[in-house]
Amino acid sequence: MSDARDDIVTVGLLAEGTHDPGTPPAGIRRAPTGVDDLATEHLIVNMGPQHPSTHGVLRLLVELDGEEIKNAEVTLGYLHRGIEKLAEHRRFDAIGTLMDRGDYVSGIMGETAVALAVEQLMEIEVPRRARWIRVMMAEINRIATHLLWYGTMGLDTGAMGPFLYAMRDRESLLDILEAVSGARMMFNYVRPGGVVADLPVGIDTKIREFCDAFDTYVEEHDAILSGNEIFQARLNGIGVIDAEKAFAFGLTGPNLRAAGVDFDLRKRRPYDAYDEMDFDVPLGTTGDAMDRFSVRMEEMRQSNRIIRQCIEGMPEGEHTAKVPKVLRPPAGEVYASVESARGEVGVHLVTDGGMSPYRMHYHGPSLYALQALEDIIPGHLIADGCVMIGSTDIMLGEVDR
Amino acid sequence: MSPALEVVVKLVSIIGLMLTNGVFMIYLLRKVLGHLHIRLGPMHVGPHGILQTMNDVIKLLTKEDLTPRLADKALFYLAPMIVFVPSFMAYLALPFSDTLKATSLETGLLFTLAALSVVPIGILLAGWSSGNKWGLLGGMRSAAMQIAYEVPLLLSVLPVVMLAGTTDLGRIVEAQAGLHLGFIPAWFIANPLLWPSFVIFVIASLIEVNQTPFDMSEAESELVAGFGADYTAMKFGLIYLSEFSNTFIVSAIGVTLFFGGWLVPWIPMAWYDAVPVLAPTVFILKTYLGIVFMWWIRGTYPRVRIDQLMDLGWKRLIPAALVMIVLTGVVDKLIVPLVTGTVG
Repeated sequence: MSDARDDIVTVGLLAEGTHDPGTPPAGIRRAPTGVDDLATEHLIVNMGPQHPSTHGVLRLLVELDGEEIKNAEVTLGYLHRGIEKLAEHRRFDAIGTLMDRGDYVSGIMGETAVALAVEQLMEIEVPRRARWIRVMMAEINRIATHLLWYGTMGLDTGAMGPFLYAMRDRESLLDILEAVSGARMMFNYVRPGGVVADLPVGIDTKIREFCDAFDTYVEEHDAILSGNEIFQARLNGIGVIDAEKAFAFGLTGPNLRAAGVDFDLRKRRPYDAYDEMDFDVPLGTTGDAMDRFSVRMEEMRQSNRIIRQCIEGMPEGEHTAKVPKVLRPPAGEVYASVESARGEVGVHLVTDGGMSPYRMHYHGPSLYALQALEDIIPGHLIADGCVMIGSTDIMLGEVDR
Repeated sequence: MSPALEVVVKLVSIIGLMLTNGVFMIYLLRKVLGHLHIRLGPMHVGPHGILQTMNDVIKLLTKEDLTPRLADKALFYLAPMIVFVPSFMAYLALPFSDTLKATSLETGLLFTLAALSVVPIGILLAGWSSGNKWGLLGGMRSAAMQIAYEVPLLLSVLPVVMLAGTTDLGRIVEAQAGLHLGFIPAWFIANPLLWPSFVIFVIASLIEVNQTPFDMSEAESELVAGFGADYTAMKFGLIYLSEFSNTFIVSAIGVTLFFGGWLVPWIPMAWYDAVPVLAPTVFILKTYLGIVFMWWIRGTYPRVRIDQLMDLGWKRLIPAALVMIVLTGVVDKLIVPLVTGTVG
């Protein structure tokens, strides 16, 4: 258990949260901008990209008064993947690869969203084994993603060590993902109707080994950062996004749960085999950076639990349903979403009975986190700005799509 | 040897020592951090990565020497020198043994610390003259924090000076000869009265040499390398060479003040005369232990925020250091003489 922060509540399987996710926001409060009595010259600088997942795409135009950020403008650009438009020219089983390139560190979840949407349209019954494999792969991917976030969170506070330790563990996860799907990043593994291939022989021992190793690794990770007093001083009370604000900005995922809102699609609207899994949804209390940190640390432990359950109770059977070679869903409209590592990743498909969607819309969690960033950064110091960007765990591949 | 020749020999050996130190410390840094970070990088070039440092040096020497268009050219070139010279000067008073030192200064400790405190001017100039806003911020940060931490650094060494009765580094070492109770080395670190001062000294000197968790002026995730962002090739090399030698000097001062300098307890003084290399070897080994300690912190710790750094300096360390001076005075000059009956 984390000894740094014991006020993080873990809510059981069917427990109701303290907040009702349906409550409308009561208004947005500005972050305190501090006193401005001294007439000093403000400096306008371009900040970033300094976080690895903002690589060239996210630029903060900040107005500095000394070290204090008076104003921050989030400027996007240059990636323009055009995922939604490209999808209109792809067959339904090929849209998944585009999702891989959206949120490119949690590709399995994005693929699952597309697969779920097409399955709903075509009313395909997915075999039980396929659903279990999807859950297991998604959770493996979730840990890998959270590890990347954990490492870069360390980098944002100036600690290099945790990043490399996280990469060590992530490597073994990527090996597993590669053994199963054939790729380390652009998996293209989940297809409408199931998964593209069954699990390779012997992978269960490898996964079991990882689960056991990760039990100790995650404690090591927790101790090296959250056990560090400087790290706590850097994160506590920084970038508070309370429940009200989180709703106003439309945050989902760990960022929302850190504000104490018990909203997890895996529990609220179980897809795949999540209703058969036993796991808890960790919740924060205040929604500051430390809460977001603790929630994700706990999520890694819970994911490990799910992976272990999957590997122990993996049902026998087909890995994919009988689906036609060319998917041709009837005309209609569907929205399917999954709980990705960053929040709700949703796919809205409009079909006209053709071989490719008439229109596709991608809902990703990071764009909303960016809006929140613009609101919470002013009034803090430069160093806090980095911590806030890191703690909201944005992924620009899905923002500038 | 004529005095003029002696001066030249001394200066050349200091430069030699500085360069050797720099090169060795780059290698050591990579190895220490490599082991702490489970990195394979420092194992690849040559056996056990030995040739890596050579590659680093060649790279530094052959890289294109850029000057930003907006830079103040004269100051931009001058700044690395201003950073370099004080750290060169600070070597002068270091006592490698009772005879092996460039010069024996009555105010050796103050001279060394004063020399080190010139470095921030160079850094501030470097940041300002590169015509880069991040560089300017880095330089400003450096100036602010060096000013904030010069004070506790100086105050924290005063109790040692009070106990030793001198600021000559050589004589401070000699004051630590012998053993307490027959087995505890009579180093100043063995005196519980100096422990708070030692902690303050460690924190302040980490800041003095810009080491994690206080590497504010070049904070790579916030300021994009701060003052050094626009320096390339050997100008960059000079700044980092002097940063490495500052690390060495600060560690050497720590060893001199608290860990008995070149002294090894349990060894008779006559041995030092018999084996002339013993004292310098011990001194350098101890210094490197201190350096590895600093890099251990560097490999694991996150960075504090600038306001937390200032709070710590002005609100905690300076009052604490002042209290320690008073306490040392009262205990050493009043209570100890009363107890031992040597008041007088």
